[in-house]
Amino acid sequence: MSTIIMPEPDLAILDRRDEIIAALERALPENNVISELAETIAYECDGLSAYRCPPLAVVLPRNTQEVAAIMRTCYELGVPVVPRGAGTSLAGGALPTADSIILGTARLNQHLDIDIPNRFIRVQTGVTNLSVTGAVEDQNFFYAPDPSSQLACAIAGNIAMNSGGAHCLKYGVTTNNLMGVTLVQADGEIITLGGEHLDTDGYDLLGLICGSEGQLGIVTEAVLRILPKPEGARPILIGFDEPETAGQCVADIIKSGILPVAIEYMDRLIIQVTDKFSGAGYPDVEALLIVEVEGSEAEIDQQLEKISAIANKLNPAALRQSHSEEESAMIWKGRKSAFGAVGQLNDYMCLDGTVPVSKLSDVLKAIGELSKKHDMQVGNVFHAGDGNMHPLILYDANKLGDLERAEAFGADILRLCVEVGGCLTGEHGVGIEKRDLMGVQYTGTDLEAQMSVKDCFDPNWLLNPAKVFPLALSAARRNRAVRP
Amino acid sequence: MTEILSPDNEQAVSQIILDCKANNQSVKITSGGTRSGLGGTVQATKTLSLKSLSGITLYEPAALTLVAKSGTTYKEIQTTLAAEGQRLAFEPMDHRSIYTSQGEPTIGGIVAGNISGSRRIQSGACRDAFIGVRYICGHGEVVKNGGRVMKNVTGLDLVKLMAGSYGTLGVMTEVSFKVLPAPERQATLLIAGLSVEQAVNAMSKALGSPFEVTGVAHLPNNQDTSHTLLRVEGFDSQVTYRLDKLRALLVTNQDVKIIEGSKHEDLWQTIRNVDIYNDQAKQLWRISVKPSDAVIIAQQLREKTNADLYFDWGGGLIWAQMDDQLTNAQSVRQIMTGFGGFATLVRASATTKSKISVFQPQASGVAKLSALIRQKSDPSGIFNPNLLTSMNLNGGG
Ligand SMILES: Cc1cc2nc3c(=O)[nH]c(=O)nc-3n(C[C@H](O)[C@H](O)[C@H](O)COP(=O)(O)OP(=O)(O)OC[C@H]3O[C@@H](n4cnc5c(N)ncnc54)[C@H](O)[C@@H]3O)c2cc1C
Repeated sequence: MSTIIMPEPDLAILDRRDEIIAALERALPENNVISELAETIAYECDGLSAYRCPPLAVVLPRNTQEVAAIMRTCYELGVPVVPRGAGTSLAGGALPTADSIILGTARLNQHLDIDIPNRFIRVQTGVTNLSVTGAVEDQNFFYAPDPSSQLACAIAGNIAMNSGGAHCLKYGVTTNNLMGVTLVQADGEIITLGGEHLDTDGYDLLGLICGSEGQLGIVTEAVLRILPKPEGARPILIGFDEPETAGQCVADIIKSGILPVAIEYMDRLIIQVTDKFSGAGYPDVEALLIVEVEGSEAEIDQQLEKISAIANKLNPAALRQSHSEEESAMIWKGRKSAFGAVGQLNDYMCLDGTVPVSKLSDVLKAIGELSKKHDMQVGNVFHAGDGNMHPLILYDANKLGDLERAEAFGADILRLCVEVGGCLTGEHGVGIEKRDLMGVQYTGTDLEAQMSVKDCFDPNWLLNPAKVFPLALSAARRNRAVRP
Repeated sequence: MTEILSPDNEQAVSQIILDCKANNQSVKITSGGTRSGLGGTVQATKTLSLKSLSGITLYEPAALTLVAKSGTTYKEIQTTLAAEGQRLAFEPMDHRSIYTSQGEPTIGGIVAGNISGSRRIQSGACRDAFIGVRYICGHGEVVKNGGRVMKNVTGLDLVKLMAGSYGTLGVMTEVSFKVLPAPERQATLLIAGLSVEQAVNAMSKALGSPFEVTGVAHLPNNQDTSHTLLRVEGFDSQVTYRLDKLRALLVTNQDVKIIEGSKHEDLWQTIRNVDIYNDQAKQLWRISVKPSDAVIIAQQLREKTNADLYFDWGGGLIWAQMDDQLTNAQSVRQIMTGFGGFATLVRASATTKSKISVFQPQASGVAKLSALIRQKSDPSGIFNPNLLTSMNLNGGG
């Protein structure tokens, strides 16, 4: 038994299964509807794979018009729709229910326009994150938000989760790089927000859509800002015997006026596990920082010198400045394999709370204490420059009750993040995972304000229901949903 | 004269809104009062001044975070940040010269209008640095969204919704920002004599280079010739390097100059604040477009309205001043129907403003959603009535 509960499926919808599938088939004369269990089962979960449920059916539309036809049909029949990109969400955002259909973006896979002089690219949202950079790389441009899942995850999911990456300290997250979207609303109406220009008069509905976890509409096309590639980038590796000193070093670097593209942190457990896994040759220390800067060779050297000087004042146990691409790759090797390495060791749960950078050391200490209290191991690897933590809680999925213990430990860590002035999730989203913890960060009034915005877009609460908002709080709205 | 209320705490603001709700009254929200020319003319029973709701509540330089009450002056924030070598990177425009208004701009007003400056193209708009808000909604309740950390995807992003909403969704009481280090040195490469088309191409090339230009403007008629300006910032040697690279990339045989020091400060202040278009008898338009469209839009504006104009954001932002005739305003709206983007009538007589939509008319689907959101957040119509009117259903104009 896991602790996150999903509402019982609507039996009236299950009863009308054949009718619903037939209606979807009529709406999509040139595209098939997937409804055999043998096939829908492939969509039963996302990256939060402890929770599974095959949907009633799956549709994979090819363009905005097809999406609109599906949405009109589901609106008329009162069927919930769960949008899905690549299904890498770690929060259960794309988890189906038995009475819902999955609207997948797999066939929305076209790059529509590349405009180098105006620095944007227009895509259908099913394209992968990495393919966007791939499309403009030969012109020396790139798309900045770079989640570690970028090989697989879709722009649709990035927009829905407002995803970040290792480089967002300098370049921002998805919302800062999104210029426009085409949105199909719950009733099938198509609108466009933003476009090929910057900002727009009127309410920032584009900003609202970004990070809305499929609650407000289906994003079918996007205009993304692309940036010229920097001349080069190189990291420096700094090890400390005390986590507090590493925290101090992060603060001192930021205060000095240097804006690195990335500041990554790894604790002892992660250092050891990744080093063994990847052979990166990491030093034997309590805390490791990887700080990367960009520019010309001379600019990089100058910034790395400044960073070394700052670190040296704090008596680092290790300091290794990269001078070449090979050395850079070695420094990043362990960090990039962190999740895979931990995955070999055990099952793990990846949290994603953010804390004020000034509270990093305190929070690391407190997580250590919680780890003892819950008698579970935890590793910390995260984006230190912006305080976005990723504690990895190790557990054994085959051991009865272990997942529940991990979830309880995780909830304690997230409460701690909020207590010190941070938030529940920095880049992975709320989904089902943090849904019932929302009350820790927000009051009923705060959540009512958010839910009333959803009311405007999705009056019948058919879009990805039972996510993001605490189940008890959203019950009245979900139940009043029109079900003809 | 309407009654002016000046609460100095959040609770008092909430009480005022509750009273308005009970008595069917409305408020015009002001603070510094330097930008009251923006939008439609507000007709309200009371004035709610947030001037006394002032002060920086949290500043952590090492976390790049600042939180302030909404009536805090921009000057206070700037001074506090400068003492630690930091700044708000979106360099908000100051509206005092185009409106000849008095007073001190406040941070709440900046957020309400999503006011940004030339660095928009590189560091983002006000809304990009804006990470948390507390406001009083139309039910008189305190709502918070976002927070003080720069990475936060917890729930719907109402922070973005509040930026640029001109106070029509609630009275903001506290706002949080991501701040950035200020550079050691700034300098601008000035190229003289380019045509608009050449300039837009050059600016595009600069923005497509790795040399991190942070301001890119073109002034077509500066002392009989045109000036194209490329600003770079960073450590001392970095600026030298970037200037050299840009010069090599762009300059063939034109006149080139490098501007630095206090002159540099003045130059970008003039561009950001639109100091040169301060003729109160004239219409002023702010037009945001795809940069490569700027050339033809500018040509049409000149032909049809005889406008004076210049370009910021590498061509993506056009400032145009013209005679205050309704036919000119109609021409601007007419021209824009052929392009993406938007045109805002920033300054005009009350007569002109009453006859044409101040903001770009919206498509009906967007207008409908916006009206619904407004209705949910302010069902009694308490906040700044009429400010956004012309954008409502079917736009008008
Ligand atoms: C190994 C690994 C590493 C990761 N690293 C990072 C990281 O560094 N940074 C980071 O931010 N995240 C990371 N993630 C999380 C995840 O990859 C991101 O959240 C990603 O953006 C999800 O994209 P997706 O296409 O897989 O979306 P999905 O998982 O399919 O869906 C995510 C959400 O988007 C909604 N959605 C999907 N399509 C649409 C649409 N068209 N319209 C509206 N809503 C839609 C879904 O309903 C769901 O709520 C990681 C995940 C894994 C497994």
